[in-house]
Amino acid sequence: MNKFFRHALTRSYQTLLFIFLMSSHFAFANSFDELTQELLNKDFNVKAAAIDKLANIKDERVKPLFVALTQSKIYYIKKTKQIGYYEVIDKQINFQTILTGESINDLSKRKYKKVTTNNAVRSQIKLHLAALNILSKDDAIRLSAIDSMLKSPDSLLLSVLKTATKTESSRKIKALIDLNIALIEIDSENETERKVAYEFLSKSLHEAARIKLTQVIDDESYTQEEKAFAEKALGNIEDKLKYLKVTENVFFGISAGSILLLSAIGLAITFGVMGVINMAHGEMIMIGAYTTYVVQLIMPEHIGLSILVAIPAAFLVSGLIGVIIERGIIQFLYGRPLETLLATFGVSLILQQAVRSIFSALNMPVITPQWMSGSIEINDALSFTYNRLYIIMFALMVFIGLLIILKRTFFGLQMRAVTQNRQMARSMGIRSSWVDAMTFGLGSGIAGIAGVALSQITNVGPEMGQSYIIDSFMVVVFGGVGNLWGTFVAAMSLGVANKFIEPFAGAVLAKIIILVFIIMFIQKRPRGLFALKGRSVEG
Amino acid sequence: MKTLIKKAALCGAIALTAGVSVIAQAADTIKIGVLHSLSGTMAISETTLKDTVLMMIEEQNKKGGLLGKQLEAVVVDPASNWPLFAEKTRELIAKENVDVIFGCWTSVSRKSVLPVIEELNGLLFYPVQYEGEESSKNVFYTGAAPNQQAIPAVDYLMNEVGVTRWVLAGTDYVYPRTTNKILEAYLKAQGVADADIMINYTPFGHSDWQTIVSDVKKFGSAGKKTAVVSTINGDANVPFYKELGNQGISAEDIPVIAFSVGEEELSGFDTTPLVGHLAAWNYFMSAESEANDKFIDSWIEFTGDEDRVTNDPMEATYIGFQMWVEAVEKAGTTDVDAVRSAMYGITVPNLTGGYAVMNTNHHLTKPVLIGEITADGQFDIVFETKGGVIGDAWTDHLEESAKLVADWTAPISCGNYNIETQKCSGQNF
Repeated sequence: MNKFFRHALTRSYQTLLFIFLMSSHFAFANSFDELTQELLNKDFNVKAAAIDKLANIKDERVKPLFVALTQSKIYYIKKTKQIGYYEVIDKQINFQTILTGESINDLSKRKYKKVTTNNAVRSQIKLHLAALNILSKDDAIRLSAIDSMLKSPDSLLLSVLKTATKTESSRKIKALIDLNIALIEIDSENETERKVAYEFLSKSLHEAARIKLTQVIDDESYTQEEKAFAEKALGNIEDKLKYLKVTENVFFGISAGSILLLSAIGLAITFGVMGVINMAHGEMIMIGAYTTYVVQLIMPEHIGLSILVAIPAAFLVSGLIGVIIERGIIQFLYGRPLETLLATFGVSLILQQAVRSIFSALNMPVITPQWMSGSIEINDALSFTYNRLYIIMFALMVFIGLLIILKRTFFGLQMRAVTQNRQMARSMGIRSSWVDAMTFGLGSGIAGIAGVALSQITNVGPEMGQSYIIDSFMVVVFGGVGNLWGTFVAAMSLGVANKFIEPFAGAVLAKIIILVFIIMFIQKRPRGLFALKGRSVEG
Repeated sequence: MKTLIKKAALCGAIALTAGVSVIAQAADTIKIGVLHSLSGTMAISETTLKDTVLMMIEEQNKKGGLLGKQLEAVVVDPASNWPLFAEKTRELIAKENVDVIFGCWTSVSRKSVLPVIEELNGLLFYPVQYEGEESSKNVFYTGAAPNQQAIPAVDYLMNEVGVTRWVLAGTDYVYPRTTNKILEAYLKAQGVADADIMINYTPFGHSDWQTIVSDVKKFGSAGKKTAVVSTINGDANVPFYKELGNQGISAEDIPVIAFSVGEEELSGFDTTPLVGHLAAWNYFMSAESEANDKFIDSWIEFTGDEDRVTNDPMEATYIGFQMWVEAVEKAGTTDVDAVRSAMYGITVPNLTGGYAVMNTNHHLTKPVLIGEITADGQFDIVFETKGGVIGDAWTDHLEESAKLVADWTAPISCGNYNIETQKCSGQNF
């Protein structure tokens, strides 16, 4: 242990000494080609110094170099130390030196080496680029420029920012620029400017404002008066944040609930409506997720579209497998719950192993399309992630679709007739065994659709179904077997309850509390939230 | 039907003769046990290590074997089933008479093997980073102890990145709990206030990270540089990093340093949203040395897959194997006690351009590397300790274990010697 400290200590001394020597020695090394050579130094402090100097020289090669550095596209040839832009297109190396633009593409892959950067160097480069980009014509570039400026407000950029705010057309970017100005002017010499800055910051919900105000409170160099201002402003912000926190928790809860709903709704059909204890339900979800993977393999050029294609595909694949399972096994076991449980458990193991043999035991990478990543900003402190938003909408659509099928279609009518009184339905000319197969297929297909949604937020592997089966049964039993609305209410209330317990109890304990609650609840009301009444209860 | 029976009988006969030939051959080979799960949840990680051992054996045999004999691998499958690890160990030592075992991944599997290997006086090389607090006479630990991974990682963030506020996030089981206990004690000793440490545990395979990531974001906006030290296990990492990306937290704002995310875990995934997040290991595939280039080349040749990656537990396996070979040559026999005595002080080149030394506490001296994830699923090495760090069996940062040392040479000859009472505390594992 001691030894390590000694090393760390000598190392930092060496670094200091090194920087000192470098700075004196390279006082003259200010040309573009000399400075870029310093980027090959192993010490990131030297690289950082070179970046700062490069930013200050007037050379039009600097900007593209910086951009490429942040994208890790700058390589060098190990032997000659020539630096250049590096790209691999169709396994063909494309290397172009930064000094002359000469192409050197004929060396083997191992002969090129990346010019490495670390987080600190990259954010430093981004800051330099931001100063160049703040007046760019492209909205996205200006936005990312002001974003990186906000991370370390620099008083040297004040004049640039003030020009920028005058011409800025986008309201969002203008607000951020004004925030940045306020962050700088909070340290201004002029008292009125300072006051205006505090006033501005107390209204901002952006985290940069909170960070700055906390720093003011903690920093000894500010006066008591300033600290009082900062504390008042911060208190103001925290009050508003409290409400936002509740909103955010509700959103998280609904999103967790919609996942529960999606994974349980198929089971609400196979278990709830048909009474089959279906242990292979999780595997139907898994098959849906793997279908998504296969669809993406088939159409690698259209990832954005692939999810939409995967939805009907997963429904068909899982539904078909469901029908096969029903015809092959379950139809012989109606009225024998224990045997059904064991048989479907066996089926779930077979399906898992089949997937392992076909795709390997490794998790499969399902790509998240561009339109599902990132988040929508409600304000500076509240944003909802797109993937969750889409999944909530999707879960609702599936739920409504299913309701319509059950209540408004002829097939739904037959299904309800068979579950309520099989003998009577048969005597009315309904092919009850066909309806059974179709109902089970529908439940499995819906589970497959859930798999498509889940592939976007969790790992796609052979065991993924296992983690949803217990939750699904929990929701269906809690909501009341045989009642779709019960499943809906149960999923949403469990999701929201979970998310409100989680912040102070932790994820592990939250789950336990919910389970204990459900056990107690079932003791009181064995038939769940919305118990079916009347004759069908006996069936 | 008849032909089927015939075929089956034929197969049986072939299998029988094959079995006999192995036994006939066994007399003049040195047997090496390979105890890695080839099925079940751990198969993903452990199969790679089984292949590594097989590759090393093949290479050693090409060089003429060991002590004039050929090496022979005895591969068993403990199937990610912890009690089965103990049974298979007994089978390897008592029935197959192996001279050494390379195996185990999870701590619980190692704990299950310990009583058996100590009873039968076997020899196990354990190649994975773990929580420490152990030193068995019959086990050599070639993975990292906490002071060779967790502590240097925290030091790097504290000194080079300037982090002052810490989130310790882990999966809820023994390795993260112990590591975080050590880290918490260490951070407090460095003057970090209670309010600047947030500890969070999640169940295995956790996938709903919304609340936690949002909490981390809030925790990180208190005006101090914040980092997440992650002992989150395997699978759960992917949705965790995804959620970080979706909520707009980049590595430049709040870096995440992980102890169980390596090249293997990242392979096949789109790592663009992960770029800049960190990992601490003793080896990265991107390390530059001739030995590493050679190792990667032979690995690719052995597996026949251009895209196969190498990782830290593979290097630990490589070091362990080289050390064992050298110790056997030095001792002139494969007898466990003689080899163990020969192991101390043995020095072999590691794959990152330095040397690994085996200490008398059965842990290695090796360098610690910090890497940043790149867009191609590899790591850029951004920090490396000068020279090696000595593996510490008992951490100095917990009160109970600070007074314990492990030294398996005379006069102490004990894995948990209490320097206060001057007694071997007798607690073996």
